[in-house]
Amino acid sequence: MVGSIAAIGMGLAVIGAGIGVGNIGAKAMEAIARQPEAVGDIRSNMILMAALVEGAALIAIVFCFLVAGV
Amino acid sequence: MRKLFLSLFCCLALSVCLIAQQNSGNSHEGHNHGSHDHSGHDHSGHDHSGHDHSGHDHSGHDHSGHDHSGHDHSAHDEHKLDCAHAGHGHHGEFDPGATAFHHVGDANVYSIGPLQIPLPCILYNTNSGLDVFLSNKFGFESMGHGDGHYAYKGYVLDGGVVRMIADKSFPKEKTEIGGVIHDKDDKAYVCALGKMYPTHNNSTADFGLFGGGITPFYDFSISKNVTTMFIVFLLMFWLFRKIANMYKNRDGQAPTGVQGFIEPIFLFIQDEVCKPFLGDKYMKYLPFIMSLFFFILGLNLFGQVPFFGGSNVTGNLAFTFVLAIFAFFVTNLSGNKHYWEHIFWMPGVPAWVKTILTPVEVLGVFIKPITLMLRLFANITAGHMVIIIFASLIFIFGKSGESVIGSWGTVIPSALLSFFMMSIELLVAFIQAFVFAILTASYIGAAIEDHEHHDEEHAHAHAH
Repeated sequence: MVGSIAAIGMGLAVIGAGIGVGNIGAKAMEAIARQPEAVGDIRSNMILMAALVEGAALIAIVFCFLVAGV
Repeated sequence: MRKLFLSLFCCLALSVCLIAQQNSGNSHEGHNHGSHDHSGHDHSGHDHSGHDHSGHDHSGHDHSGHDHSGHDHSAHDEHKLDCAHAGHGHHGEFDPGATAFHHVGDANVYSIGPLQIPLPCILYNTNSGLDVFLSNKFGFESMGHGDGHYAYKGYVLDGGVVRMIADKSFPKEKTEIGGVIHDKDDKAYVCALGKMYPTHNNSTADFGLFGGGITPFYDFSISKNVTTMFIVFLLMFWLFRKIANMYKNRDGQAPTGVQGFIEPIFLFIQDEVCKPFLGDKYMKYLPFIMSLFFFILGLNLFGQVPFFGGSNVTGNLAFTFVLAIFAFFVTNLSGNKHYWEHIFWMPGVPAWVKTILTPVEVLGVFIKPITLMLRLFANITAGHMVIIIFASLIFIFGKSGESVIGSWGTVIPSALLSFFMMSIELLVAFIQAFVFAILTASYIGAAIEDHEHHDEEHAHAHAH
């Protein structure tokens, strides 16, 4: 039971991160289209931001593992 | 440039030394838990059937436990734990989750393909003291799964992992065992001398996250992960020394060979990570950031070589923990007055806001390295697990060899999926090393930021 709830929680965390990383990617693409010469700066900042968003989701997933007791 | 590369490797050497002792941290906790055991509390939180182990515990009421609770036998029946069924294979039914966790975990054998190479075991428990021996004392097959046929000094090898037999009266000399069986909570039992002995898992300082749990024995073994770390360390040392010599001998000439491969990566990290975040003082922190980046990158890439160790070092919480500890200390020890002022007494905000802000900022000091630790760990582990699950599809559809058509039909899709995932993992190996480096640089940058130039730099950052 706890494992199933943890699995649902994992899914929810991934939805959140998906929306976040999707937004970052979309805006980065937009920014690159507007200013192709800034592609290097935008790319590294995009990766940084995506990593930060992803980090929150991954922490949630790790806690889900912990709760589920594997 | 040459000096730089050499100082880089002083840092690397230091980190390897510290990491090699990764397991000592958790063993303290393990000891505490061990004494907890004595008081008869058992791991009732950990396993559902708390009763059935109490009899085997060294809590004194060995047999009374058996007689008292009638649950014992029913619990055993329910789990279908029976030494008669104990073969040297794992479980009868294929369990992809357990397989994945087994493969991303640490082990006391090094495997190249099906070949199992013994590694030194350095084990300590309060009962029998320190034991140092090679893991081939367990008598595992050189082409197999690393399941030992013998118990040695009260330890057994189960799927490449050392476990300690909980019963202290178990003979210390080499004893033949009938096999190791697992209940549904993945607690292992050793079948030997006509009895079933519960064991303590080997935990790999991952805080029990991978089912290892906290154990009452100390494991300082040169395990698979530590071996890989030494291999990568030596590989990188050789590579970077060679490059450093090339810079010395070919001064002023265009880079060639491996030098030409590393130089753009090095310059990328220097120009995109160190200079923007660390400002003028970047040379002071460059060796540290570079060590982090190249060591993580090397381990990520080495861990992805199929069938060669398959070690998951950067996906080991203990390892990423040590890296995060480094980042934590470098950040906070180089923090200037303004850094601490911003944490404890944020200037320019009303006092009542400060009462909220200060605890948040203090927590932030610890949360930053914790997220560093978890991000790298979770990314790499997830990647490894997905590849293993894709490979497991063959066994799931093939019903562990029962359905030949099922297994052969899944081979091609599974191989394609694994290939796809491995390509992504190759990208992730670079991205995660880069992210770790850039985040560490940004934390250090925030700590050493000069207040005089603060506004100026702020404007500069905005202009970008």
